[in-house]
Parts: sequence; C-alpha cells; structure tokens
Amino acid sequence: MNTNQSQFTRAMMDASIPVPEGLLDAQNRPAGRRFDVYRNNVAVSLTDAMHAAFPVIAKLLGKENMDGLSGLYLRAHPPSSPLMMFYGEHFPDFLAAMEQLSHLGYLPDVARLELALRRSYHAADSVPVGPEKLAQLSPDALMQTEVKFAPSMQVIASPWPIFDIWRYNTQDGAAKPDAVAQDVMITRPEFDPAPHLLPPGGAAFIVALQRGQNIGSAHEAALAKTPEFDLGATFTLLLQGGVILKLDTKG
Amino acid sequence: MLDTTFPQSDLPATAGVGYKPQHFSQILEQPGSVAWLEIHAENYMGDGGRPLAQLRRLSEQFPISVHGVGLSIGGEAPLDTDHLARLKQLIEWLNPASFSEHLAWSTHDAHFYNDLLPLPYTNDSLIRICDHIDQLQRTIGRQMLLENPSSYLAFEESTWSEPEFLTEIANRTGCGLLLDVNNVFVSASNLDFSPQGYIDAFALNRVGEIHLGGHDTDTDDHGAPLLIDSHGHAIADPVWALLNYTLERSGPKPVLVEWDNDVPDWPVLSDEANRAASALHKIPA
Repeated sequence: MNTNQSQFTRAMMDASIPVPEGLLDAQNRPAGRRFDVYRNNVAVSLTDAMHAAFPVIAKLLGKENMDGLSGLYLRAHPPSSPLMMFYGEHFPDFLAAMEQLSHLGYLPDVARLELALRRSYHAADSVPVGPEKLAQLSPDALMQTEVKFAPSMQVIASPWPIFDIWRYNTQDGAAKPDAVAQDVMITRPEFDPAPHLLPPGGAAFIVALQRGQNIGSAHEAALAKTPEFDLGATFTLLLQGGVILKLDTKG
Repeated sequence: MLDTTFPQSDLPATAGVGYKPQHFSQILEQPGSVAWLEIHAENYMGDGGRPLAQLRRLSEQFPISVHGVGLSIGGEAPLDTDHLARLKQLIEWLNPASFSEHLAWSTHDAHFYNDLLPLPYTNDSLIRICDHIDQLQRTIGRQMLLENPSSYLAFEESTWSEPEFLTEIANRTGCGLLLDVNNVFVSASNLDFSPQGYIDAFALNRVGEIHLGGHDTDTDDHGAPLLIDSHGHAIADPVWALLNYTLERSGPKPVLVEWDNDVPDWPVLSDEANRAASALHKIPA
C-alpha cells in the first residue's frame, strides 16, 4: 500500500480522517497513534508560533481561547512559506470574520499592530536624515518635498484605542484605554520596534507621503479628513523617530 | 557521478551548539569549548534588524553552519524556487562553513507544515530527492550535507534501508551526510533495530557533521515506548554512548549540540558542549 503526501497531509490536518493504511510500526501493525506525533508537532508548533507572534491578543483572549483560535487559524491558513517570521499575516482578517468575537471589535486592529511590530523587527536597516536637512528648506520648498521612509516604519490607523490597549497589556502601571480612535506609528531606532501615538490625522498624512504625494498635498489630504491635523507635531515625531531617509524637493 | 566541483562542507572537528539569540552575549564572552555555531536558515531570511546584525557579529568569531529546515527536499512537488533563491542569497552573504538540510518534506500544495515529515525509501523517491539535491547544490554552488530523520513509523512501500538509501543519495549527488545520533537512537527504539548496526551500515566517510539532542518518551497503542525527537532536554546517556561508538569508527567529526525547546541558560548548554568536546578528545586524531 503506497501513501502519498496528499493523503498524509489530509490525515495530519484532520484527526477525523483515518491514518493512511501504508504506515506501519516495526511489527507491520497500523501506525495508529504514532501518526499523532506529526499531528501534534504541527498543531503545537504553529500554536506556539501564534502565541509568540500575538502576545497581546493572547493576553486579551486568555490561553485557552488563543489555543482554540490558533487551531482554527492553522487549518484555515496553513503557512504559505517556510518563513515563520511572517506567519499569521491573515490573522487580523480572520479575527474580524469571527462572529463570536464581534463584540471585541478592536481585536483585528490590535493584531495588525502586533503584525506591524514583527514586520518592523525584520525590516531592512537604514540611516535617517538629520533634522538640519529639514531646517535648510524654506516653507515653500518644504511643501514641494517628497519623503522616503525607513522600511522599518509602519503605520496603523484605527477607530479603536489600539495604542492604549497595546500599552495597557505590555507595560505595568499603564493607563486604562479610553474610547478614542488612535493612529499608531512604529519606529525602530536600532533593533527594537516601538509604537508611538500619532496626532489625529497623522496616519492619513504619512500614508499620502508613502504614496508619493509631496508634503503640501499630503497636508491637504490630512486636513480634509481631520481639520485639527497638526503638521508640526506630526513632523516632530517623524524626525524624532528617525524614520525619514530622504527629502526630495521637486521643482 | 560524484561531482567534485562543489566546495565541500568545512566545519572544524570540534564541538558546536545550535545558536539561540538569548545566548548572544555569553557566547561571545564565555564560549568555553564551543568552537562553531549552527543557525536555522529560515530565521535569518528577513531583510535586516537584530537577527542579521547578530549573525554578522558571530560570524566574525565563529565558523557558522547554516541548517535549513524548510526546503522540503523529500517533497513530491518541485522545490520552491523562491526559497532556493533565499537560501542562495543567505549563503552568498554569510559564506558559511557548511550548509545542511533534511531527508524529509515539510511543504505540500504550497502549504508549509513546520515539521520534518517522513517519506518512503523507494526508487521513485530516490530519483526525486537526487534531482532536488542536484538543483540545490547547483543553485548554492557548494556541497550540502543531508541529515537522517527521526522516525516514528515505517512505510509499507519502502524497499531501501535508511543507511543504504542515504549512501546511494550521497554517491549519486556528491552530497555529504549529517549523522544525527539522537535521531538514530530514537528511530532504532521506535522501529526496533540496533542503533549500533545502523552506525555500522552508515557511510561514515561521507559524514561532515554529527548532531546530538534530547528526546522525550511517550508510548504507542501497544504500550511500547515511543521516543520523540523534541530537542527539549539534556542529551540522554545512551545517546552519548552511541556518539562514542560512532566517533571510534568515524574519527574526529564536527559535533553539534541541539537544544531548541525549553532552551536552558548558557552554562547548561555550555556543559553539554564540554561533554561533546571531551568525547572528541578521547578518540585518536
């Protein structure tokens, strides 16, 4: 009896499917629970990977719920590459689609924040420009300037207080979250990514810049969404965070 | 058949350990008898950040062995060319002393299962594996070492013994072999064969590296012990004895201690490396 890898993986991922018949023990008896070693290795290693990747989600849901969700997730979205550092990329959308979790509407965005932290951790190294580069520009030239950001910078816009939720669950003595919308920017000064709360409209401004708009039109885009958008405060954060690699003044 | 144009695996015949980031500073400051390090290739395939910075620093002081866990050489499907390209890039950047992978598969239908899965030893699988190893060695431009797996079950369709199968692959492709003596011990217990007999049948002249690790003990449906290759404990005494048995026959080889789960503090892992170094000292050079 031959056993192909399709039969093997189907039975490995679904314990209700019988162990393939061509798998034996040393006495030529059916492999039985010896096959469970593989079922168990896959489930445990991928569940551990989810706990390591989403510690705040795991804390918010509790270990048992996180184990259960990880089991559902690994069957819905088995890893698509051997790079486990990126496993879980569909988890935010997976959480958003879970009806049982719809009363915890902030979970998907908190998961996005945790994914972004991991992406930042593994992003390419880069050297930021100093603040003097900005000081050299006249106000008019500044508005004509395009910005290139560090690959380790990540931005998440959310209608939920995701920065406060993240901080409350990772730092002792942090304030309880208030019911406010929060945009977050992740910077990586050397090797350790850190989330920062952006002023309202900050994410829209940065996303416009990432799309290649100059500072003037990104400013307008941010103001259109958020009339109280504070360009100076946002730019100070960008400079302090060391996320600007290049300022390119056109015209 | 043997392609000698590939640069051979070139680790020192001393003790090494599997590198864990929590040991970074202590390895640099108190390496003890640890003379080289092994990393899992897939953990260093990001674009930058701490993992690559630490690896760059370690490689200034230690020969590095790159050990792949995700290429799926034993897979029925063609190798993932994206992953081959990532391996090539890592190896060109790092220029490690050795590259090794497993006689196993982990990817099927574009899904990666994060475990080393078993395969039957048949003429069909032999041809496929040799094709994959040829493709890999051509891509990275060097010899690879192929590691024997730990087995929990057997395939009814197998027509080759594992040592003969590995020898044939080495003869056809020119690859070297990585002999994991814990895997031999685990498989011998689980499939009821003599671990010493396995070593006697193994092509020891093709071995470029030896692995040691800890295992767990469970039971099968009939109450028989079922050993699990967990890398979560100290190395068991009979596995040390099997290492001595092997080294007496093979002569000095690079010996690696693997401890991947419930990773201990550095002094504990360093002691295991000392024990491996002592085993190497005991044999005539």
